Amino acid sequence: MARSLFKGRRKSLGGLANVGIGIIGAVLLLAIIGPLLSPYELGFVDVTRQLESPSGTHWLGTDENGADVLTLMLHGSRVAVIVGVSVVTICSTIGCFLGAVSGYFGGWIDEALMRITEILMAFPGILLAILLIFITQEPTLLAVIGALSVSGWAGYARLVRGQVLLEREKEYVEAARALGFTRAKIIFQEVLPNVLAPVIVQATFGVAGAILAEASLSFLGLGPQDSPSWGALLDQGASYFLLTPHLAIFPGLAIMFTVLGINFVGDGLRDMLDPRHVTRKESA
Amino acid sequence: MTRFLVRRLFTSLIVILGVVTLVFGVLRAVPGDPVESILGEEALEVDKEKLRECLRLDKSLPEQYGLFWKDVAQGTFGELCDERGVTVADKLKTSIPATMELALAGLLVALLIAFPLGIAASLRPYSWVDNTSAVVALLGISIPNFWLGPMLLILFSLTLKALPNPGAGVTGLTALILPAFTLGTALSAKLTRMLRSSMLEVLSQDYIRTARAKGSPEQRVVIKHALRNAMIPVITIIGLQFGALLTGAIIVEKVFARPGLGTLLLDGIEQRNYLIVQGSVLFISFSYVVVNLLTDLVYGWIDPRIRYD
Repeated sequence: MARSLFKGRRKSLGGLANVGIGIIGAVLLLAIIGPLLSPYELGFVDVTRQLESPSGTHWLGTDENGADVLTLMLHGSRVAVIVGVSVVTICSTIGCFLGAVSGYFGGWIDEALMRITEILMAFPGILLAILLIFITQEPTLLAVIGALSVSGWAGYARLVRGQVLLEREKEYVEAARALGFTRAKIIFQEVLPNVLAPVIVQATFGVAGAILAEASLSFLGLGPQDSPSWGALLDQGASYFLLTPHLAIFPGLAIMFTVLGINFVGDGLRDMLDPRHVTRKESA
Repeated sequence: MTRFLVRRLFTSLIVILGVVTLVFGVLRAVPGDPVESILGEEALEVDKEKLRECLRLDKSLPEQYGLFWKDVAQGTFGELCDERGVTVADKLKTSIPATMELALAGLLVALLIAFPLGIAASLRPYSWVDNTSAVVALLGISIPNFWLGPMLLILFSLTLKALPNPGAGVTGLTALILPAFTLGTALSAKLTRMLRSSMLEVLSQDYIRTARAKGSPEQRVVIKHALRNAMIPVITIIGLQFGALLTGAIIVEKVFARPGLGTLLLDGIEQRNYLIVQGSVLFISFSYVVVNLLTDLVYGWIDPRIRYD
């Protein structure tokens, strides 16, 4: 499978993508060991030192409750990684499965599934997630992941379906049919691996999208109430930016660099894996 | 064309039907008693009864669904429980102009950045112009708008004192500049890249060589021959991104403390006002569906080669 993905295409990701890999590595490392490095316990607040500017005792200052911003940000990196990875894993798995079934079988299954995806996609951006979180009242991390997944799988399903439609008429599929392979085996072992390249590209950008979506929800006050989030810090930062710009600056930089790093890698992967993109470059 | 139109309208109708049903279903799936979550457990039984009746929770689900459709079809989206005689549509009507103004201004900013940058990048691929525009575009999609907004405020309102603070009672164009820029950057980034690659594809076509060979001035070749044909994917992106403009407006309105649909929705969420929440969510989805329908129809006008059946 790996060989069919990379055959005849660029072998390396390119300079910016390597920078991106570096950034992603750093964020992952912080997500794993960051909470151990954090100078204060999560939940520790010093009510006498609210909204303090960066200092020796609080490197990145304190928030409105007097909690250490660096501590919150280090724990926030874990939340960002968990949300990004789990939302994309859930969405792409559901999307691959339903998209492949839809594209291969066609007919009423296809019609029904595609109408469902169209309905889900009629809610732009985080709108459906906002609605779903509204009904949970006290959103947990799990609820946020769930809400973003419900609204996110449709894009993958449509992508995979389109690719499978092109693929299913090819000779190797006919050969597999002639050999008497079961339909499940044809769909998931023969066809699906051949359409994975664009899915991988979309999933990479999807991690960045999910991290941004979680931060947006948190900024709107609809993020996970049980875990510290970069977006929630920015929400405070936006209300107090006249007093303490640091509260808005640092979490924003963290989100931006993480998302930028992932987008660098996504761009590199697309150049390497996506045949459509390569032809576009060649035609230039 | 008529056949395409009918089929396209039909799928849009199914989508609208699904959207309404989904919103209805999700809001009825609220765990616990919505009335208690709105009024609190200690509220008087009389008030609870009144609200339950107003929200029609005393009726059966099919009845509720039917009445829900009636409200949607009449365009009122229901009558508010805390302000009798006022419908959700009335609330929407007062909020929509501010959000539309913001969304259109954001779109304008995006177009003003994307067209010069995208065209310049496509005319000199892999030059410094192209590379700069690529980096700017990547930054544009990576910077969250809820961070860009406060940063622009710190820079332009506090440090440079060039633009007014939000919420300072300033209205008019100057108050719109920063919000529009905050909203438009992400879209401008996507449009720039799309326009560049679309232009590159078109510029390598034979008819462009023909146009140049017959001695058309370069400007005419680029604008009349190339740009027009490169517009299709750009229009698609604008149509699809209109939704992102609307949800982006929710965030930008919060950053700049502006009135609008987003503020209405967020206040509705805070007050647990079901009717406001469902009304604004439905309205945003409906307008998105309509814009995408219009986008599809505009194709034929931009590119007469496209036949619909």
